[in-house]
Amino acid sequence: MTVHTKGSGTTWVGRSIRRLEDPSLVTGRGRFTADLPATHWVRFVRSSVAAGTIEKVSAPEGAGIVTARDLTKLKPIRPMLSKFNYVAVGQPILADGVVRFTGESIAAVYAPSKDKAEDIADQVEVEIAEGTPLIDSMDALADNAPLVHADTKHNVIVEGRIATPGFEDIWKTAHQVLRVEARSRRQNATPMEARAGHAAYDSATGRVTLTCTTQMPHLTRTAVCDILGIPESELRVVAPDVGGGFGQKMSLAPEYVLLVWLARKLSSSVAWTEDRRENLIASFHSRDQHVQLEGAFDAKGKLLALRGDIVANIGAYSCFPTTCGVEPLMALAELPGPYDVRAYDCRSRGVMTNTCPMAPYRGVSRPVITFVLERLMDKAAAAFGIEPTELRRRNLIDKFPYTSATGLVFDDGSYKETMEMAIKAIDLDAFRKRQKTARDAGRYLGIGIATFSERTGYGSPAFAARGMEITPGFETVYLTIDPSGFVEARIGSSPHGQGLRTSLAQIIADEIGIDPEFIKVVHGDTDRAPYGWGTFASRSLVLSGGASLLAAQKIRAKLLKMASHLLEAAPEDITLQSGSAHVIGTDRSVTIASMARAAYHQAHIFKGEIEPGLTETGTYDPSGTFSNACHVAIVEVDIETGRVEMEKFLVAEDAGLIINPMIADGQVHGGVAQGIGNALLEEIIYDETGNILTSTLADFLPPTTHEIPEIELHHIETLTGNSITKAKGLGEGGAIGAPAAVISAINDALSPFGVSIDEMPATPQRIRAALRNSGKLPNTLPSTGRLA
Amino acid sequence: MKPAPFTRHVPRTVDEVVSALAEFAPLDGRILAGGQSLVPIMAFRMARPAHLIDINEVEGLDRLAVDGDYLSIGARVRHGAFHKPVIDGPLGKLLAFVVSHIAHYPIRMRGTFCGSLAHADPASEWCLVAATLDAQLVVKSVRGDRIVDVTDFLEGIMSTSLAEDEFLAEARLPLLPDDTKFGFYEFSRRAGDFAMSAALVTYRLVDGVITDACVGIGGAEDRARRIPEAENVLNGQAPSPELFVAAGEAAATAIEPLEDAQTTAEYRRDLVRAVTRRALERSTQ
Repeated sequence: MTVHTKGSGTTWVGRSIRRLEDPSLVTGRGRFTADLPATHWVRFVRSSVAAGTIEKVSAPEGAGIVTARDLTKLKPIRPMLSKFNYVAVGQPILADGVVRFTGESIAAVYAPSKDKAEDIADQVEVEIAEGTPLIDSMDALADNAPLVHADTKHNVIVEGRIATPGFEDIWKTAHQVLRVEARSRRQNATPMEARAGHAAYDSATGRVTLTCTTQMPHLTRTAVCDILGIPESELRVVAPDVGGGFGQKMSLAPEYVLLVWLARKLSSSVAWTEDRRENLIASFHSRDQHVQLEGAFDAKGKLLALRGDIVANIGAYSCFPTTCGVEPLMALAELPGPYDVRAYDCRSRGVMTNTCPMAPYRGVSRPVITFVLERLMDKAAAAFGIEPTELRRRNLIDKFPYTSATGLVFDDGSYKETMEMAIKAIDLDAFRKRQKTARDAGRYLGIGIATFSERTGYGSPAFAARGMEITPGFETVYLTIDPSGFVEARIGSSPHGQGLRTSLAQIIADEIGIDPEFIKVVHGDTDRAPYGWGTFASRSLVLSGGASLLAAQKIRAKLLKMASHLLEAAPEDITLQSGSAHVIGTDRSVTIASMARAAYHQAHIFKGEIEPGLTETGTYDPSGTFSNACHVAIVEVDIETGRVEMEKFLVAEDAGLIINPMIADGQVHGGVAQGIGNALLEEIIYDETGNILTSTLADFLPPTTHEIPEIELHHIETLTGNSITKAKGLGEGGAIGAPAAVISAINDALSPFGVSIDEMPATPQRIRAALRNSGKLPNTLPSTGRLA
Repeated sequence: MKPAPFTRHVPRTVDEVVSALAEFAPLDGRILAGGQSLVPIMAFRMARPAHLIDINEVEGLDRLAVDGDYLSIGARVRHGAFHKPVIDGPLGKLLAFVVSHIAHYPIRMRGTFCGSLAHADPASEWCLVAATLDAQLVVKSVRGDRIVDVTDFLEGIMSTSLAEDEFLAEARLPLLPDDTKFGFYEFSRRAGDFAMSAALVTYRLVDGVITDACVGIGGAEDRARRIPEAENVLNGQAPSPELFVAAGEAAATAIEPLEDAQTTAEYRRDLVRAVTRRALERSTQ
């Protein structure tokens, strides 16, 4: 554990204090959306076909049912980009004449209980004239492909290109060109809690409270009110305890709009709890991409130029608020990763298909581009006959600030240092010896390395570069010490499991000298919290942490001024510690609680020199910072079955100053687990008719504890000037690096066979097929006792 | 994820079970035992029985005992009952080894041995055990009792020879001679997932050569069954790595593989080759 010191003693920042949010969660007292009682329960009638025209919807006599015909006054969900040849498409709240993916809502029925609603939904008859669905993005690119949206000219609705000047001249100087054609299959983020919403109409005020499992309460309020055409004052959005989101819950669920509309129509409470099947087929998907990448290297293995083409399948609609550009455009901007390359030419397209819409998922595009880029680096290492780590050593950036070929500015980091740390901790030389011995015995061990950057904590300037109509960025914190001396921080971020209540309390505690247990962080309620952007993009600790620090600095200054008044000492001679203000070198002190009391109830004693009350506001809108890490995976591949066994996973991570090491480690662990699922297991599969074959958790396979190996973590703390708390974000890094490391390890294990596994997930079927096609499988098989 | 409406009946005796079945089976009635397969598919509304005849309170169906030369397993005996060997000798050990591969602990505490056979999932470990060991199954109805060989019971994917009004009341596994060797190997994507292929082998060694070889394969075809081609390779031969490879090859060649969107026939044969050989290797450990 790293302990930092600040001023006169040990600080709260840097300590693994237990999470303040956990007691209620681990004792079954958490409060989730689906726990709320409701008068009406909604069940959505969903399309069983991927493309077609609705001809008839008939409900049983007397059933409560809503169809698009009832919603003619509602605007569609139509997020905007002003750049990248973006074509806006609208998503109706309920399918309006046309269905565009299997699982799209056609009608909503409501009844007094969940099971009755499902019984009625069962009896609703929908007649659809089936069209020809487009499932694969490559089919949707074809010249004569049918259009997913008839009002567009083609299915590509977002397209970006970055080409550095003089690219071809540099390309021509290449000593060697290597090429990767990679495929990342479709996933679902699979939060433990699927989506749920509850809308309650208050007849006294005419307001509706929408409680829902969202990462963005304020954006949800804005979006729902815009669609319904009502003022934001008529809607309160509450995100209570949220059981994971991973990006799936930052995009607006059309279902929530319907709930608010229906609560107003019925002047009552209505609720919907998504079931797992709905979540798997009709919430949001991610990661379905084809990437072609070529790298030009000089004779020493230095990367000179990168040329890429990215095709992202974005599904049937564009998600709000990020738009469907989020995946292809982030891939375009960040593909060069942590490597020094001056020449870059890449095109990236988002293509509509008759599949579930895409949304950000932990890491967004970066798990894919890191996997592809690291495949290129591994292929280059093989071509140059050097260790993959040596090739990376020759290419990783090491001078900061570093401006990338795509114009990103990297602040101080430790790209090489984390790799060296990881190599040493894993003992690469010893592994190579063990690998050789195992190979001689017919067993195939492999080691995989992934080095990457994680762009985190960026504010509105960075988002503005995307040309979004809605530009996320700043965060605001209202910090109050109440008359009883307790502290309340109201924040615009909306954590859903990350431990932010604890981390922010640690930052505030150090500044104002009050223990974290007396600091309550309030979030997820638009009536209580300042307008904020919620939690996504590894931003909350940097932005809300920065805003908390700014607000706490103001409170600190005010407390010192008050103490100076009461203790008759200069502010610079006073410290705030353990709930009191002390005059340094004396026994004179006053408690912060008594000063708080005075701030409200004895304001006159400050003779008008200090404003009454004790609330301050901090707003933070930084330029952004880059975390970095090196991930190492050790695997064994069973060449007979294609099965991959994870032996070990190691992470050397640099996320700047670590506020709470236990929480930071937990973030990395969770991300790595999802990354292993990405690399080996998770795949949403459509058949050619657009029906999903993986609609249960018996078919879509997140990893379990059995599939996750021991994860060893190491930290370097590079303090950045780009974050006032010195903390960088690390929410996504685990998920970004792990897939690349695992795939790299598989390819290392299989190097004797000359195969290249360039598809995720690397299922046993795919690995075995590649081995079979290699024609190099041995005739004699090893004893398999170890594999038992 | 709420089942369609149904009526639950709770008989207390086997006679009441078969009477209820006679009455309600024609009205879309089904037996509910552990419910670990039926209840989830009801939640998806892929199964919509109008009546459930819940046998969980029927006296005597939890009986698990040796009767003469076989182990009798009543219809209420849960998978978890086999976590520790239920009898001395190889059969108890075999069942204890196999049971740990069935799904996850909470499922094993509810699901039943006979329920697995009646459900007849091709990937069921108990179907494989029953097929490999030539189980006999006691089937009851108001029309009387009959005893069915497992080969006549398992008919295909989730399909058995049980008539609409019949109830699988008991499974009988022959006891194994004390010198029986066994090996089991299962391949699945994750721990606890359905087997994509599994092999169970038993045999005896007489004067150093294999005799009475039973090679069962599950998860690879529409039902678990013995593979005589692989048994013929083994019988009369001394165990050796080469022999086990040959037996695996024979099994892989003999099967009619199930295929799906991700799994080709070729890959299924690869798995059968591997699981058969590995089960045989385990039999020597």
